[in-house]
Amino acid sequence: MTKRRTVRLVNIAHARSGDKGDTANVGLIANNPKDYPLLVKQVTAARVARHFKGMITGPVERFELPNLHALNFLLHGALDGGGTISLKTDAQGKVFSTALLRMEIEIAR
Amino acid sequence: MSPRPATVRVAAGQGFWGDWMEAPYRQVTGGQVDYLMLDYLAEVTMSILQKQKSRDPSRGYATDFVTQMERILPIVVERGINVTANAGGVNPRACAAAVADVARKLGLRGKLKIGVVTGDDLLDRLDGLVARGHQLTNMDTQRPLRDVRDRVLSANAYLGAAPVVEALERGAQVVITGRVTDTGLTLGPLMHAFGWARDAWDLIAAGTVAGHIIECGAQASGGNCLRNWERIPDLANVGYPIVEAQADGTFELIKHPKTGGRIDVPAVTEQLVYEMGDPREYITPDGIADFTTIRLAQVAKDRVRVSGVRGKPATDKLKVSIAYFYGYKAVGTLVYAWPDALKKAQAADRVLRRRLDDLGLKFEAIHTEFVGASATHGALALADVDGNEIPEVQLRIGVRAADKNPVDRFTREIAPLILNGPPSVTGFAGGRPRPEEIVAYWPALIDRTVVQPTIEIVEA
Repeated sequence: MTKRRTVRLVNIAHARSGDKGDTANVGLIANNPKDYPLLVKQVTAARVARHFKGMITGPVERFELPNLHALNFLLHGALDGGGTISLKTDAQGKVFSTALLRMEIEIAR
Repeated sequence: MSPRPATVRVAAGQGFWGDWMEAPYRQVTGGQVDYLMLDYLAEVTMSILQKQKSRDPSRGYATDFVTQMERILPIVVERGINVTANAGGVNPRACAAAVADVARKLGLRGKLKIGVVTGDDLLDRLDGLVARGHQLTNMDTQRPLRDVRDRVLSANAYLGAAPVVEALERGAQVVITGRVTDTGLTLGPLMHAFGWARDAWDLIAAGTVAGHIIECGAQASGGNCLRNWERIPDLANVGYPIVEAQADGTFELIKHPKTGGRIDVPAVTEQLVYEMGDPREYITPDGIADFTTIRLAQVAKDRVRVSGVRGKPATDKLKVSIAYFYGYKAVGTLVYAWPDALKKAQAADRVLRRRLDDLGLKFEAIHTEFVGASATHGALALADVDGNEIPEVQLRIGVRAADKNPVDRFTREIAPLILNGPPSVTGFAGGRPRPEEIVAYWPALIDRTVVQPTIEIVEA
């Protein structure tokens, strides 16, 4: 049986995020293309919604970009109304990207 | 007609109004370029400019652009570089007049044609459009425009590359637009230079992807790039990105020699996913680009090739960005020091909220953050941080209301906490926070047929 260990996404992926209205997007990119299937399998929309529980008020959508070894997440209701309305430091969702990178996933040892 | 070039270079000079003042000059002097693209307009910018124009009809454009042009126009004219900029804001004609003045001052009388693109501004047409059945329903909330009609400050349709192409075809060396999409400022030059048809959807999509990659300036060449960020060389001297395109829609991202930053697949990928929605449908007025078809390859140091981009036909709608007055907000901060920094800040938050409540103040929202502990990553960060051992925490508390009075009263409740709240507090030198007006956005769609871009040519 393969032994498993957990790693934080920050060790195997990078990310950038931005905003559209009250929605933050997070693009999650595998550092090494061979790890992309791990992201597809484990970093599901449901898992990301749980990760951000209490930080977002709406649903999470996920899109796949196998050509870029990347996943794109839309976090709805993430920005307290968005852009100019928001009272948040991160009113434009710029660092939701690194918040996602705190997530742990399982890899083969 | 002049022969078509083998390659065309479009250089990014500004990623937003407020970007690095040195970048445009460096782009036109650091090596050969054919076009300089300058993006100035964010949604918030349009309402600020509309307010300026209502006070003074000769204003309402990005004044920094005129300063930039004063510096680079002699080089641009001498080298035959074309400039595309959405610096016109809500008053492109006044912007063009200011640039023409500068050109004459620089001795370029008769040597410069400026193209002016208008037709995006719908503010004075709103009631007529609504009366004719254009609902301008909010795309996010589905509410009708009448809910905010009396508070509308600006309304602009997003124009695409087509009017930029027409201005270039009519001999404009500098094209100044109102609300043209960021991507249209790059796609327009490529369509013009290569003679791409407006319905060559794959080429339109390729030029749109090129525009998306460079529209945020250095964010594609090592700026704000997380991947191996400490190894990105010489950001002080960062080279802004340049698209070197071929007629078949393939292009390479490069930067000038002897500049800092880094152009590699990770940096370009980060920019591709920035502000992305559904990657299969990146919708612009010019067409729809499918980002899942993009192929990236590192072909040399600081040179990434982009190929394979597929597109689909444009829709029959244009996006309209409407800005309206929403209300007021204010944000106050205090800093609490070790020991128990986080606990003290949390206690101060409870005291402040209780006082606001006792005063009977009504807010649409009160939002508290503990900067240094959890402001950007929330509970995810608190799992890793011992908030009582960290050296300091900034309490940051904001309020929002339709009415100014409660917001104003809130701003007077921060300072008293210094003497009558939890201990070890500092960082209040900035004084009382000021209530700010909030301008909010109303995204809508409109039939393409009712928006007619107009192109004029102004001679310096």
